[in-house]
Amino acid sequence: MARYVLRRLLTAIPTLFLIVTLSFFLLRVAPGGPFSQERGLSAEVKANLERVYQLDAPLWRQYLNYLADLLHGNFGPSYNLPDFTVADLFRVGLPVSMQLGASALLLALIIGSILGILAALRQNRGVDYGVVALATAGSTIPTFVIAPLYQLVFALTLAWVPVAGWGGGALVNKIGPVLTLALPQIAIVARLMRGAMIEALRANHIRTARALGLTSFSVVVKHALRGAVLPIISYAGPAAAALLTGSVVVETVFAIPGVGRYFVDAALNRDYTLVMGTVVVIAVFVIVFNLLVDLAYALVDPRVRYE
Amino acid sequence: MEATLSPSRSSSDRSPPDSTPLFEVSDLNVGFDTPDGAVLAVRGIHLALHAGETLAVVGESGSGKSQTMMAAMGLLAKNGRATGSVRYRGREILGLKAAALNEVRGAKIGMIFQEPMTSLDPLYTIGNQIAEPLTRHLRLSGRAARQRAVELLTLVGIPDPARRLDAYPHELSGGQRQRVMIAMALAAEPDVLIADEPTTALDVTVQAQIIDLLRTLQRRFGMGIVFITHDLGLARHFADRVAVMRHGLVVEEGPASEVLTAPRAEYTRMLLAAEPTGTKAPPPPDAPIVLEAQRLNVTFRIGGGLFAGPPLVIHAVNNVSVTLREGQTIGIVGESGSGKSTLGRALIRLIEAQGDIRLFGEPVNAIDAQSLRALRRQVQIVFQDPFGSLSPRMTVGEIITEGLRVHAPELDRRARERRAVEALEDVSLDPALRNRYPHEFSGGQRQRIAIARAVILKPRVLVLDEPTSALDRSVQKDIVDLLRRLQGAHRLSYLFISHDLSVVRALSDWIMVMRAGQLVEAGPTDEVFRAPAAAYTRELIAAAFGLDEAHAPAAARA
Repeated sequence: MARYVLRRLLTAIPTLFLIVTLSFFLLRVAPGGPFSQERGLSAEVKANLERVYQLDAPLWRQYLNYLADLLHGNFGPSYNLPDFTVADLFRVGLPVSMQLGASALLLALIIGSILGILAALRQNRGVDYGVVALATAGSTIPTFVIAPLYQLVFALTLAWVPVAGWGGGALVNKIGPVLTLALPQIAIVARLMRGAMIEALRANHIRTARALGLTSFSVVVKHALRGAVLPIISYAGPAAAALLTGSVVVETVFAIPGVGRYFVDAALNRDYTLVMGTVVVIAVFVIVFNLLVDLAYALVDPRVRYE
Repeated sequence: MEATLSPSRSSSDRSPPDSTPLFEVSDLNVGFDTPDGAVLAVRGIHLALHAGETLAVVGESGSGKSQTMMAAMGLLAKNGRATGSVRYRGREILGLKAAALNEVRGAKIGMIFQEPMTSLDPLYTIGNQIAEPLTRHLRLSGRAARQRAVELLTLVGIPDPARRLDAYPHELSGGQRQRVMIAMALAAEPDVLIADEPTTALDVTVQAQIIDLLRTLQRRFGMGIVFITHDLGLARHFADRVAVMRHGLVVEEGPASEVLTAPRAEYTRMLLAAEPTGTKAPPPPDAPIVLEAQRLNVTFRIGGGLFAGPPLVIHAVNNVSVTLREGQTIGIVGESGSGKSTLGRALIRLIEAQGDIRLFGEPVNAIDAQSLRALRRQVQIVFQDPFGSLSPRMTVGEIITEGLRVHAPELDRRARERRAVEALEDVSLDPALRNRYPHEFSGGQRQRIAIARAVILKPRVLVLDEPTSALDRSVQKDIVDLLRRLQGAHRLSYLFISHDLSVVRALSDWIMVMRAGQLVEAGPTDEVFRAPAAAYTRELIAAAFGLDEAHAPAAARA
């Protein structure tokens, strides 16, 4: 098992290298540069700026420089937020985004699973139809509708919570963003769980468990649920990678100082180093969570073996 | 295993049936709500089982024999409805709430199923699963349950039981899984065991062992057994009483000796007559050789690669030679994994093999692709699965004429139609049905279509790979008759691959017995059946034709 993990981590190195290389050159193919949107920039000033950031060097040299910096853990300075390095931005913003994302994911896994199981056990009856309707609504109503609606009702009308802001991480400030992030995930998890559970309950070994007179709890939880969580695990991996690295819409609407906004802002401003930093961070999250998914699979299903 | 069993009771001290049966089904109706309306699967039947007795419920697919017991155990599908009465020791159990029913099923009535491969939970060790009914019904502690699980595994004949407790189902063979199922069903020492086709998915020798085990356990615990089967032979050897079901009704019920030797119902007589009979005379010794193979070898490589080390090489067919003459039928028998199907496919070069193969005197490895295709027309194959081997998107007419487009491109549409009509008449199907799709036909009809697809090319050799295995006995008999008639009419030679010895005996004049890729024994059918030379052949024959005789070789070896 340890050898397997080591091998997977080793194969992550060429993967990351490929991602970095591709994004580096694709980014440079896009027209414009980090300073092309600043007004009234004289040719000398621009040339100076480019020299300072080594943007005047040949592209292959810039690429090798970036790789060398990256190997030393240096993500470089941000071009548009000149007082910060990319590493600074992540050191401050990533914990915020991760907190919100992890809470939302946990909430989605718990509530979504419970709803899905209830729906499966009461298939084609009231509860089931309710859950399916909720799941459809949850995954079709966009976040940019839910978030302002939440602000309108709970912040502006009822005044229970602040409209926006991080408030130093106070709980009341987190409720809105977490719920908004979680709602579509609850819907997806509930739908997945319902389908997986219906499938699991049809298995022949469930018939065996019933014929043995085992309690309904044991039949459902011990025998059906364990098999049904496999699809949920496969979904949770990539979902975690996406949620923990922040959401543009939610962080913008609620004015959250996370990292979710950086990707879009940086891409629009051609903030090369910040885009590259975001790409690397997301890639690492995806790689790590995919590995965790595979390990969890082996934990749940004894037929899965890694060596 | 024998050592752990108490001395068996003789059959004479079986208690005579008292007034209250152990388990009784009366006036039971089972229906299913379907999109096409309600379907009645069981229609007001009565069955009774007394202590220590074995009741065989016999019927073909769709007779309602399984659904009767599913209803009794509260295991019907969600759209199923059962009315009437099911009593255990006089107590009504039909329609009980789940909690109350769970005090009966597993505890008083155990059940084992047909599918040993999927009836155990793949995610838990077998020790864990056997312990469940013990902690649930006997309130044993974890340690005591584990101890008892070892005893149960010993009882059902699993070697090295203490270590096997920690095995997962996928690490066991089919026969072993069925033994574990039996251990689970008997864990809480029920007085009634319902066995739904418990041996159907198993090889014949394993089948005999499982029946043997059930019988021993029955004697030891004095259980009543309801044995659901489609196999009259099994019912005859294992049951005290037999109930024959058809279309949801019990058509006949009585002592096994009477029902199966002097049946009163027309349907029972038909079922009994449906066991394949007759023999085949060998072709004249000077009949031309149509297919000949010398020292044929087929190997499969599994895995292997740059880093994975050498591949695992499996010798599926090991130095087997075959000579098939015109008008001859060679029966190739063996259990799953014996290489019999691989041999059949290698002979007609559906898979690559090493060795010299001659079709009608021509070496097939040496000739060019075009000549090979011409030879192929004369060698056709019919597969086991009549459901999977016909394309669902083509009409029957298209399916059976497809080969003509390749092998007789000169025929026009009208000529092909004429050949299709002939071929369908040949297999006793109404040619007017040729514009229908396969799903509109029954299993037996589909197998006729598959045969028509082969004979339309006017082949000289037919490879029949388990053509009757997926079919009910009465349908099997029709297919056997059809194959006989076609052989006579077209001077066909058959390679008949089957694990079903009774069909093989009726159809073949030469037998080849295979095991683990090797030829165990070969010879004229009557000789092999009368005086089998190899111990393995004796074991196969005993398992297939007389379960009592199955003891003899087993005991002799021990």
